[in-house]
Amino acid sequence: MSLDYKFAFSPDHFDGFFRDETFRGDFTYRNTDPRRFPFPFDRDDYMYAVNIEPHVPGRKGTAFEHLLDVDEHYIAEMTDRAKVLAEDPLRCQSLPHMELAGWDVLELIMEAKARDYPQWFSLERDGNRWRWINRPLGIDESFTFLDASTLPYGPFEYIMRQTQGDWTLQDEREGTLWMDAGIATSQADWSLDFDIGMNFHEWHAPVPMAHEKGIFDRALKFLLKLQHGAPVRRFNWTMTVNPLLDTAPETYPKWGTMKTSVTPENIGRKQHLRVELQSLYRLPRSNAIAFDIRCYLASFDEIVTVPKWGRRLHRVVRDLPEELATYKGFIRNRPLMVEWLSQYDDGAPTSSGWFADD
Amino acid sequence: MTLTPVAPTIRSRPVYAPLAAVPGHLHLVIADGEGAEAVTDMLERAPDAAGFLALTHFLYCPGPTGTDLSDRLQALGAMQFFRAPTIPALLPRLQRVLTDAHMGSRFYLAGSEGLIGQAERDIMATGFPFAAIQKEHRGSTLRRVQCVHCKGITENVATDPFQCSHCGLNLFVRDHYSRRLAAFQGVNIDAEDPGEVPESVVRFT
Repeated sequence: MSLDYKFAFSPDHFDGFFRDETFRGDFTYRNTDPRRFPFPFDRDDYMYAVNIEPHVPGRKGTAFEHLLDVDEHYIAEMTDRAKVLAEDPLRCQSLPHMELAGWDVLELIMEAKARDYPQWFSLERDGNRWRWINRPLGIDESFTFLDASTLPYGPFEYIMRQTQGDWTLQDEREGTLWMDAGIATSQADWSLDFDIGMNFHEWHAPVPMAHEKGIFDRALKFLLKLQHGAPVRRFNWTMTVNPLLDTAPETYPKWGTMKTSVTPENIGRKQHLRVELQSLYRLPRSNAIAFDIRCYLASFDEIVTVPKWGRRLHRVVRDLPEELATYKGFIRNRPLMVEWLSQYDDGAPTSSGWFADD
Repeated sequence: MTLTPVAPTIRSRPVYAPLAAVPGHLHLVIADGEGAEAVTDMLERAPDAAGFLALTHFLYCPGPTGTDLSDRLQALGAMQFFRAPTIPALLPRLQRVLTDAHMGSRFYLAGSEGLIGQAERDIMATGFPFAAIQKEHRGSTLRRVQCVHCKGITENVATDPFQCSHCGLNLFVRDHYSRRLAAFQGVNIDAEDPGEVPESVVRFT
């Protein structure tokens, strides 16, 4: 069975929950309910911090409700991923010693989805004989757990073609973590093909300021103590023009010019805040760490429908150190962003915390 | 001539230290160009240079700017000496020799970063961690750069930006370095404003 499915969308499927939309070309991506967006700023300014917290199920109706969030973009994101992988298979790689970790993460994802979304996913197990049903993608697969010859792809690629978010698998040895497998089709401008095989400090090397602040030393120390069954999460964020999921360095010459297309008239619609909800899981057999980098996009128009977020985003973007705005790739459009967002900032105080209603 | 200094930069950029002879069953010494001087300096400091040389296999080629100190190395009278005309011609021999390397083999790499990186990559492929491999950068600072767009590698890059020898894009040279590819990263400099390419400056010689 091939997973390069043609998504025959009918709005009636699944009560019309999943959106038929694109992350390229005509860019029809929209958020059904912007208040569900994981707004990443819990205060009016931003500086790097380790900011790791336990990844426990959170508030209903938010991206934190379940361990792995499956939202209305699921089918469209998986379609976009299949297109990216067809164009460039180097976006999904696993070094030979990482197959067991691939099985670990396949199990983690299948269990979580079958538990939290039984209407869409189910997993039947009889010893190592497993049957996995993914109704939104039309998949019904019987296979033998830990026997890669029974799946159409390696275990990591198989489950990643059915899972939102970029993921990396990190092997632990010599007192550090090594990014020895990964998939990157919705990345914020880093190359999996270049970075695979690097250790924790090497793949973070290009990030400005954070090394000097000791952020990566502390984060690594924390992650090496990560326990199975006690996942953690943190936020990262950047800016993207158009709801372009795949902002890879590989294709930068193709999408780079979009950054120059922003005007005062179209910025609300075109400029998107790009949030990475990152979660980390210790895997039971391989002792590797799975790192999920889940990307959420919201246009400025959508964000300012929440007055607290409009005020706060204006203050964060305005006051961000120049080095960070440069590294995050939006220094050229920052003046335009600040001017447009200022309309939504009346100077009123904002409540602490992320959520729209707090 | 001493160790080529590397300005402090980002954490993925390799750093180097002077070679030091350590006890071992086999000394595999791989060098190009001015790297030969790193080897002779090491031998001057070694407590038992003759004993070291009796267990040494040299693999050497001229450096990217033409420096050829083959005669000086060959005259040392090591167990084995091999001269290749270029790095690509040296690597098949290295890969063959590595099939016989076992616990107690010692690795010493010296010369250009292109030579050091590619030899390190091949040694690591046998299971030795990079931290067990000694490396001393000498001579040319020309860089081996992978185009992140087309994946082609351009050897001996001198200027920044430069034109990818495979796809023709204008690339700026980052310090971000991959041991797996033995290459620095090149990224299109005019992706956002096609045609606006800053004047190239010679950064590597």
